[in-house]
Amino acid sequence: MKIDKNTTLKIAKLCRIKVRDEEIEELSSQLSSILDWVEKLNEVNTDNIEPLNNVSIATLPLRKDKENLQDQSKEVLSNAPEKLENYFAVPKVVE
Amino acid sequence: MEFNTITESLEKINSNKISIVELNDIFINRIKKNKNLNAFIYFDEENISQQIKKIQSSKKNFKLKGIPLAIKDLFCTKNMPTTAGSKILQNFQPSYESHVSQKLLDQGSIFLGKANCDEFAMGSATNTSYYGNTINPISPRGSQLVPGGSSGGSAAAVAANLCLGATGTDTGGSIRQPASFCGVVGIKPTYGLCSRWGIIAFASSLDQAGVFANNIADTAILLREIAGYDNKDSTSANREIPNYFENLNQDMSGKVVGVPKEYILPDIPEDISKIWEQAIKSLERGGVKVKNISLPHTKYALPAYYIIAPAEASSNLARYDGVRYGFRSEEGTSLDEMYELTRSEGFGKEVKRRVLIGTYVLSAGYYEAYYMKAQKVRRLISNDFNEAFNECDFILTPTAPSPAFPIGEKEDDPIKMYLNDIFTVPASLAGIPGISIPFGKSQNGLPLGIQLLSKHFDEQLVLNAGLYLEKNNV
Amino acid sequence: MSSLIQGKFSKWETVIGLEIHAQIKSNSKLFSSSSTKFGSSPNSQVSLFDAAMPGMLPVINEFCIKQAVKTGLGLKAKINRYSVFDRKNYFYADLPQGYQISQYKHPIIGEGAVTIDFKDGSSKDIRIVRLHLEQDAGKSLHDQNPSKTYVDLNRSGVALMEIVSEPDLNSSHEASLYITKIRSILMYLDTCDGNMQEGSLRTDVNISVRKPGEELGTRCEIKNLNSIKFIKQAIEYEAMRQIKIIEEGGIIEQNTLLFNPQLGKTKPMRSKEEAHDYRYFPDPDLLPLKLEDDFIEIIKKDIPELPDERKKRYINEYKLSNYDSSVLTIEKSISDYFDKVLGCHQDLKKSAKLVVNWITSELFAILKKNEVEIHNSPITPYNLGQLVKLIISNKISGKIAKDVFEDMYKNSLSPEEIVNSRGLAQVTNVKEIELIIDQILKLNYDKVNDYKAGKTKLLGFFVGQAMQISKGKANPKILNDILIKKLS
Repeated sequence: MKIDKNTTLKIAKLCRIKVRDEEIEELSSQLSSILDWVEKLNEVNTDNIEPLNNVSIATLPLRKDKENLQDQSKEVLSNAPEKLENYFAVPKVVE
Repeated sequence: MEFNTITESLEKINSNKISIVELNDIFINRIKKNKNLNAFIYFDEENISQQIKKIQSSKKNFKLKGIPLAIKDLFCTKNMPTTAGSKILQNFQPSYESHVSQKLLDQGSIFLGKANCDEFAMGSATNTSYYGNTINPISPRGSQLVPGGSSGGSAAAVAANLCLGATGTDTGGSIRQPASFCGVVGIKPTYGLCSRWGIIAFASSLDQAGVFANNIADTAILLREIAGYDNKDSTSANREIPNYFENLNQDMSGKVVGVPKEYILPDIPEDISKIWEQAIKSLERGGVKVKNISLPHTKYALPAYYIIAPAEASSNLARYDGVRYGFRSEEGTSLDEMYELTRSEGFGKEVKRRVLIGTYVLSAGYYEAYYMKAQKVRRLISNDFNEAFNECDFILTPTAPSPAFPIGEKEDDPIKMYLNDIFTVPASLAGIPGISIPFGKSQNGLPLGIQLLSKHFDEQLVLNAGLYLEKNNV
Repeated sequence: MSSLIQGKFSKWETVIGLEIHAQIKSNSKLFSSSSTKFGSSPNSQVSLFDAAMPGMLPVINEFCIKQAVKTGLGLKAKINRYSVFDRKNYFYADLPQGYQISQYKHPIIGEGAVTIDFKDGSSKDIRIVRLHLEQDAGKSLHDQNPSKTYVDLNRSGVALMEIVSEPDLNSSHEASLYITKIRSILMYLDTCDGNMQEGSLRTDVNISVRKPGEELGTRCEIKNLNSIKFIKQAIEYEAMRQIKIIEEGGIIEQNTLLFNPQLGKTKPMRSKEEAHDYRYFPDPDLLPLKLEDDFIEIIKKDIPELPDERKKRYINEYKLSNYDSSVLTIEKSISDYFDKVLGCHQDLKKSAKLVVNWITSELFAILKKNEVEIHNSPITPYNLGQLVKLIISNKISGKIAKDVFEDMYKNSLSPEEIVNSRGLAQVTNVKEIELIIDQILKLNYDKVNDYKAGKTKLLGFFVGQAMQISKGKANPKILNDILIKKLS
């Protein structure tokens, strides 16, 4: 699958990674090769095969509804690059 | 006195022939002398000293008392920073300890430091870490070879005797392959045997914690301590953990080993075919029956993996956004700009590539063709193993398609790197346990590894087979 | 009932579907043990998981699953034995994981329906497509600082039920009836507290217009409305906006909109750059949810009689009107109160209407005045019933009863205690009343003559006088009858 520059930029935007102009060409080319390579899967007949999402043998464990009343705000904010009075601070969202 | 194994060292510690301080000093000094290997991202003597004091003052009956270990920097540790080999988590100090590393601490082990790894576990040469390459300690004079990856720092640390054991994680081969490259034992348990809580997630349906050690006995001891149910991990298996060490039994007579024909690749180096043959012959001499088996969908495992793993990774790494922890770019004036610059600067090339691929294969219009298709192929691969285990008890293959290669090689084309995992990835997709043991040497004297695979939760069998081959390595 | 809108050139039909996000009433969050209490100090109810710290994993809350199943049963919907949790991937400051754990292809609850009742007695079934479980997001504060946004993750991870309707609604009125009904059912089931001010119930509105009989038009989505008033206003504005555009020859662009209550207008949400591509895929940290029959049976037993059933019962058993039944069943606490009154006093069955009146006019008024909820009413159902019985048996007049009622509220006493201690029992003794009347007529003999001369309005004067002397206790009917007899 050929990934052109526009597609690369579109995907980059979706996953919030800035791709610089110098990087676009090489990146698009590498993505294209990787996707070409994985398209080998098209050789396999997967009609009537269910996807395998998880190889765990567990069944979904259920937790009791007991709340933990501990205030962990200090811990949770301890690594924040920027905060103000117990809020995380980020640059303004453009509305 | 020699302190090359956990079993020996434990005996000496418990019989007071050596103190914890003295034992760990040996390894600390070795670490200091081998800084050039760059096996550790974090190493702090004061920190170690604190740990030792704590163990000394405790009355508990520890199973790993004073044993020096390296912890892959993907495990969140309370008293050491955790970086995942990335700039985006530089100086991240978790306030919590991963379930697996806590279990090791609970048994009195000493963490000598955080081992280097490929960034976010993405790589097979420990060459994508923000903190530099790790050098394989077996590199011949004048050369610098890769230790494999992503758990290259852990493998190197064990191989260079900088510690007696190490933790790693294996998503597509990240324990087994570096074990093979460095000449140590490395085990990836059954998916769900060990808790993933507190391990920085790469690909959630594939990640598993595992260990490195110098021999099978040590591996068995460590595995027992890290395995076990965790109710904080919804994929954790609730099973009793056998005493792998006490149950070790190298009597393999009557067992059937499967040799999958699809692993016989045309371009496998001769020395690897040779050790594969030797291993088979050695097992035969031990009374093992050899069966040629087929795992028909083997060649689709790597492509399937390189759709599934990046897809899950693209979602797991979305939380690294500069908001609540880690690196944040100062330049963004809007939230989106901050996200884009933070992640662009904070992630390395390989991580960015995989996040982009992952985003693409999940995106509208492509989900069925890529992600869903890969998950269907995954079921076929898993079925292959289920079928195979009707005909054999365990499977034997080479671990890697080459010995350790020079740093800098294979970096021009991502796919070349991906092919390092060709023998290890299928087992990851199926969730079955796999171990790599050092077996023979390449033409140039470099370590080679043999891989043993078994059914889900049959770790004991691969440990036993590994023990047999360890003792019958001719 | 036609709800077509008259445009410039033709009549238009509005087509509306609602997505209601209802916060589940539970102690802890959907995938973590943090508290769900409203209004706590910022980030004080945030666990490592809620903050999306590296290595954290979800563990699902069993009670939230039960609440969702209970709600599904209350909506007469299909309970799916197999459902899957998916990740909905997007970036926002209040979404710490960079994805929301939700359900996409396999929701826990399938098709159901809810009936809305109109004032004229007719009703309409609104079909429900599905209900699924998902995490709520945190809160972003944008207006505290010109260049910064502040994030509070307390709400992040609280369990939500998203209830999606078919586009069966055709007016703002129907939409408001539907939401009211859903809210009522949720509160009856106690699966959501229905507190719209606190954000327990938020609605996204999907709306399009078309000429009757034609294909569906392009729809727009108005997001995050948290009051019925705003929902109605937004629908009405948006319908007109779309009609105007089409009638002027334009086409509707599919858009996500926000409603501005101050201006009463909708406008497109920030950037149109890329439509959200959520890249849904099954969450690898969670296994599929498989429900057993006995799990569901146990929950079934816990379902109280729902509003529609109660209404039917009131209409059939007590012969109450549709309207009265609706009023009683708006809230479970009111209906429960009414049921308790009749439960204590089987003999009030025939006077159910009177009971309803006392609840809906007198009790409601005094509770509202004092800002008390009916389940905390100082007047117990038993005592209210007693009061009504006293009226029916003529022990006290309706007027006196109101006085007693207020006393009952203030002092939490029974009506008999009050009537007896204050001597308020109605005078029904004919002889006594005759005596009073004789007294008045004697004192006001000039007015008696006026009355006999034709000023019949003076009857009211005599009644008033008699009431005064009897301190309001004279039985009005008996008084009236005797007066008229004596004056003729």
